[in-house]
Amino acid sequence: MAFAAFGSAPAPNQGTSRKSGKFVLALLLPGLVYLGLFFLTPLISLIMTSLEAPDSSGAIGAYVYAFNIQNYADVVANYLPQILRSFLYAFVATVLALLISYPLAYFIGVRMRRYPLIQRLMVTLVIAPFFISFLLRTIAWKQILSEGAPIMQWVHQMGWLSSSQYFIGTPAAVVFGLTYNFIPFMTLPLYTTLERFDLRLLEAGADLYASPAKIFRKITLPISMPGVISGTLLTFIPIAGDYVNASRDFLGSSKTSMIGNMVEADFLQNQDYPSAASLSVLLMAVILILVSVYVKKAGTEDLL
Amino acid sequence: MRRPLGLAIYSLLALVFLLIPIGYTIVFSFNDSTRANTTWEGFTLRHWANVCATGNICDAVGNSILIGAVSTLIATVLGTALAIGLVRYSFRARASVNLLLFLPMATPEVVLGAGLAAFFFNIGFAAGMTTIIIAHVMFCLSFVVVTVKARVQTLDPVLEEAGRDLYANPRQVFWKITFPLLLPGIISAALLSFALSFDDFIITYFNSGPVNTFPKFIYVAAARGVPAEANVIASAVFMLAIVIVLVTQITGAFKRRKLSA
Repeated sequence: MAFAAFGSAPAPNQGTSRKSGKFVLALLLPGLVYLGLFFLTPLISLIMTSLEAPDSSGAIGAYVYAFNIQNYADVVANYLPQILRSFLYAFVATVLALLISYPLAYFIGVRMRRYPLIQRLMVTLVIAPFFISFLLRTIAWKQILSEGAPIMQWVHQMGWLSSSQYFIGTPAAVVFGLTYNFIPFMTLPLYTTLERFDLRLLEAGADLYASPAKIFRKITLPISMPGVISGTLLTFIPIAGDYVNASRDFLGSSKTSMIGNMVEADFLQNQDYPSAASLSVLLMAVILILVSVYVKKAGTEDLL
Repeated sequence: MRRPLGLAIYSLLALVFLLIPIGYTIVFSFNDSTRANTTWEGFTLRHWANVCATGNICDAVGNSILIGAVSTLIATVLGTALAIGLVRYSFRARASVNLLLFLPMATPEVVLGAGLAAFFFNIGFAAGMTTIIIAHVMFCLSFVVVTVKARVQTLDPVLEEAGRDLYANPRQVFWKITFPLLLPGIISAALLSFALSFDDFIITYFNSGPVNTFPKFIYVAAARGVPAEANVIASAVFMLAIVIVLVTQITGAFKRRKLSA
């Protein structure tokens, strides 16, 4: 939804741009200066910090700028499992969220079009999780799926997990939590594109004797592609940087740590600012590369 | 149109799945638990009647409301101006402006949080209320622009021209025509902004210093078990938000029906 809104830059309305110049500047400048100061400058600050080296005093948390590129090599060497894990979890959770969300978005956006009231009610239910604490929802899953809770007793009885195996703390539990928490971010953009899509195209396909599968492949899917792209980006990016689900107090364990957990530990506990900053810059760089490759492959060049 | 029932059942199940932890959180706000709110001990209204009983939870919620209100106000004003400027006027740097607005949404929270924390640390600015608000305005701004922009695009410039033809000065045109027409968009942007700010944990945690917020309270408490009072506050906020959204959605559906009739 959000990404689509930025992508389709419409032609500006004519007729009102009479006294442009100063007036436009007055509208745009405050917001842009704000982002320059508190978004761009911090990113530069982060890059500078990522190149620092310990100062001569050797005190904990004391660093000086040193153009120390070695930090990046160290971070990759030290945190390779966490880095790979973050992108693997993000990939699996994004695919799962897409598979779960697509039929739901199709049902709400296409089948429910004749019942606007029910349609709006269902959209409200999709966004309902946004209104209750993200942390508490994750804790709720932790307790619902904890050992001793009815669901897990049943799972053990069915023999899906042996009695010595726990679910909470495993990679599966973390991916489950990530998928759950980001489904609305996938469903909403899909819904926005499917809700506007012209149903006569489906009739045209059927008139030309296309099978339902072929209609989906040749008509529905290509038309909903902008929604698929914004949905996957809106899901993949926050998941790759998330550290709540993977944290030991939530659904993870020390064996499920992701990049975010390492950044938090290095920045807030170990006071190893250069290490935390290098990891963050690395995460940002990988995500920017993925986003641009993805957008080019998917053919929506106007997204950015 | 084959098997429409299968898809309907699937969709209902998917919605139920989304709602399970919400139901759980609300039910456990009534749990007669003493410290850790993990197993059902029986029904009580105790936690609802005495929300502030546990530690400093109400201070944290108060901070979260204050932070949410101030950052929403600033982000909405800055974002609305940006949205109007972007839709209504063409200028050369347009693509770069769009990119600058898109980037904060494409940046993982942990990077935004660590970046701001490094920035404040490097310039020697102590973390606290101010740094939290600065951070929240930053990440809410782009979402306000997206929401208000959608509304500006639906606005017919002819209405403003009519105002000018009737000798209204630019200020009158803005306050009597443009602003009232944009108001629904501005309100939803403000609500979204408040919701984002109130629930933000990651960016806040990096920039809060000694200041406690509601999500930070939950995160810290999670190690020992979150008290039921946290469920009470989350449930109350949830019900209030759902009522607001339902009312706007339903009136919206009726308006739409009237217009198309």
